[in-house]
Amino acid sequence: MVAQESHAHSAPQGFIRKYVFSLDHKVIGLQYYFLALTAVFVGMALSLLMRIHLIWPMAILPLLGEIKPETYLSLVTMHGTIMVFFVLTTAPQGGFGNYFLPIQIGAPDMAFPVLNMLSFWTTFLAYLVMLAAFFVVGGAPLHGWTGYAPLSALQSAGPGEGLGADLWITSIALFCVASLMGALNFITTTLDMRARGMSMWRMPLTCWSWFITAILGLLAFGVLLSAGILLLMDRNIGTSFFVPLGTVNGQLTGHKGGSPLLWQHLFWFFGHPEVYIAILPGMGVASQVLSTFSRKPIFGYKAMVYAMLSIGLLGFMVWGHHMFMSGMSPYSAFAFSVMTMAIGVPSAIKTFNWLGTLHKGRIRFHSPMLFAIGFVSLFVSGGLSGPFLAQPALDIPLHDTAFVPGHFHLIMGVAAIFGIFAATYYWFPKMFGRMMNERLARIHFFFTLIGTYAVFMPMHYLGLAGQPRRYSQLTELKYLHPLLPLNTFMTYAAIITVAAQLIFLFNLFWSMFKGPKASDNPWEATTLEWTTATPPPHDNFAGRTPVVNNGPYEYSVPGAPRDYVMQTDPATVAAH
Amino acid sequence: MGLVLLCVIWLITIASTYFFIAKTWWLPAGASAATAAIDHQFIVTFILMGVIFVAAQFALGYFVWRYRGEPSASRADYSHGNLTLEIIWTTLTAILFIGLNLVGSPIWAAERFRPAADNATRVEVTGMQFAWYFRYPGPDGKFGIAKPELEDPSAGGEAALGLDPSDPASKDDVVTGIMEVPVNREVEVILRAHDVIHSFFVPAMRFKQDAVPGLAIHMHFTPTETGDFEIACAELCGLGHYKMHGMLKVVSQDEFDKWLAAREAEKQ
Repeated sequence: MVAQESHAHSAPQGFIRKYVFSLDHKVIGLQYYFLALTAVFVGMALSLLMRIHLIWPMAILPLLGEIKPETYLSLVTMHGTIMVFFVLTTAPQGGFGNYFLPIQIGAPDMAFPVLNMLSFWTTFLAYLVMLAAFFVVGGAPLHGWTGYAPLSALQSAGPGEGLGADLWITSIALFCVASLMGALNFITTTLDMRARGMSMWRMPLTCWSWFITAILGLLAFGVLLSAGILLLMDRNIGTSFFVPLGTVNGQLTGHKGGSPLLWQHLFWFFGHPEVYIAILPGMGVASQVLSTFSRKPIFGYKAMVYAMLSIGLLGFMVWGHHMFMSGMSPYSAFAFSVMTMAIGVPSAIKTFNWLGTLHKGRIRFHSPMLFAIGFVSLFVSGGLSGPFLAQPALDIPLHDTAFVPGHFHLIMGVAAIFGIFAATYYWFPKMFGRMMNERLARIHFFFTLIGTYAVFMPMHYLGLAGQPRRYSQLTELKYLHPLLPLNTFMTYAAIITVAAQLIFLFNLFWSMFKGPKASDNPWEATTLEWTTATPPPHDNFAGRTPVVNNGPYEYSVPGAPRDYVMQTDPATVAAH
Repeated sequence: MGLVLLCVIWLITIASTYFFIAKTWWLPAGASAATAAIDHQFIVTFILMGVIFVAAQFALGYFVWRYRGEPSASRADYSHGNLTLEIIWTTLTAILFIGLNLVGSPIWAAERFRPAADNATRVEVTGMQFAWYFRYPGPDGKFGIAKPELEDPSAGGEAALGLDPSDPASKDDVVTGIMEVPVNREVEVILRAHDVIHSFFVPAMRFKQDAVPGLAIHMHFTPTETGDFEIACAELCGLGHYKMHGMLKVVSQDEFDKWLAAREAEKQ
């Protein structure tokens, strides 16, 4: 155990230092959270426009007018990029990780508060640069969130591939820098700042998930940053890393000797771990919430940690499964396929352990629990389409069809979002000192669960039938015509699901000011954030340093006076 | 609340599974030699994943209802897990997932590890924003030289591919906008792209392969039924991606020979 150093910065006075350029990890966590909240509504609005355009291609929309094919592809690109970077990476790690990692391990702040502030403001700058791409000549890029070269490398390849694409790459590069700073901070904090008695094996699974996510981020974002810089050079100073000899519309591009596959290797070396960066914190939150509201210790704590570690490790060896149809060697496809199937094993372990946690529990159906149960359901549904896509022979019909967005939306999109919702409902009382409205939360939950299934499960059917991704209209290919009714159903489901998110938004802001006051430990939970005041003071524990005597999930301990033993309570006989 | 959750989770599971089993939307009818093996592997995977899907979702719904905490209920079971169970399900899933992969691998090997047969019909397929062009080598059996600086898409045909008129081998090359091939004979496709990545996707042939600028990718498939089959582009290639389609005509050997002879005669 490393003795923690006292933290020098004292509570700031004045609005700017307290709420804007704050060094307090809790304020920075909230800044990340609200940035992600605005981003998720932007991203969702874009997806709604896409769905509407797909079934009514000629519709004249307010403000936008008629959506042209290139506009549709800009929506595709910006929806994917904003959701992956500024929502799924930002909220679970930057938001909740920042707020609760130090408190859950008993630290007064992150290891490097100034770096933490820089990391947020760099992310904010990246977000502004990304949004700016909408407003330049030619609009936002049309190359998709994966930005495959040469499409992303040649200004002449289409509208949006001018300044819009440069802004897009710059934004991602800035985001990489911010994430690297954040990752360093999380790793150091976890290793060096734990309170007395908080051994690694007593950390809540949320802390393990943020820690492993930070390691993935440290190893992955550097690669994307390099790739982004090379792409900017190809675009602007005449290098040819990703562009071979070729023409666009009969005009020589002036490049030669580059490799389009090099971009894909670099991108997916980041891109696949990114999937786990998005979902691991959700796994941590689901574990925390399932244990708390089942009133049972988590089933197989160590197995859960080892499963997350192996997901993290294997996650770096499977990137080639995105490239089975790319022209890469078919022999390496075989290797990537085996590794990908192997990653299904720790994922299955986690699912079994969540079910084992519910088994013989005494379940309380508060809103965080509803979303954690939804998380497990979505994780199973989205996970089981993985073994189809992991087999190169089945990728022949399925790759780049709607089956793929169906798969990843369920697992890294909606399941991860359910993790964020579970975390929001779970920690809202601690963050804002008030309770959210349970009735509204339940309505929000059922609309969202049924709605997202109604939008994304049919994507698998469409993919089977051969509907390619990223088509702005389904009118050109005859075999797609019979799929229009199903697409129409999905658009209506999407409209309803998006509308239901307004219930959440209302509940969030209304409860912030009008909700009933929360006690220090409203869920009767065990981890350190519930031992301190609500909301926590500037240094988290008001000058004391917590001493940890118990594991993180000691619920229903026989003989204990209450059905939960807090981590700071005197050691129980059963503690391991 | 436990019962509501059970009903919702079970109903979602039943509805999702129904449309797969009823094959309301399914793989398009296959017309190539690879269809049987690929579709069979798909069904095997589908049955295994389907059983796990239904079992896991039903268990989730059941547990949530069965272990709902009523005020009268006693304390939850105090258990930190079960190592034997962990070992059992880890081993079982490892065998299942890796085994499934090994069973499917020969299909991939058959499609991609070996080169096309010597007697295959050779067709060069070139993708460019936003059209597919097809080139046959002509009577000399050789594809002539094509040069990027000669490419002129607005002129179409040979000019779009940049065929070099000074090369005798390219003089007899036949360039078409429709891909015609004989049935029951292997087709070797040589995939190229001029500008950005495209993907040659023929759902009925169970065939898909990216066409990458700078690479000539050799692939093969064997059509087993005559008919017209739509070709799509499956890799985002720009604003016209959705309308970059083509047609594959599979005809009898006689019909193909006549068609190709007529095209070659036009070149004289």
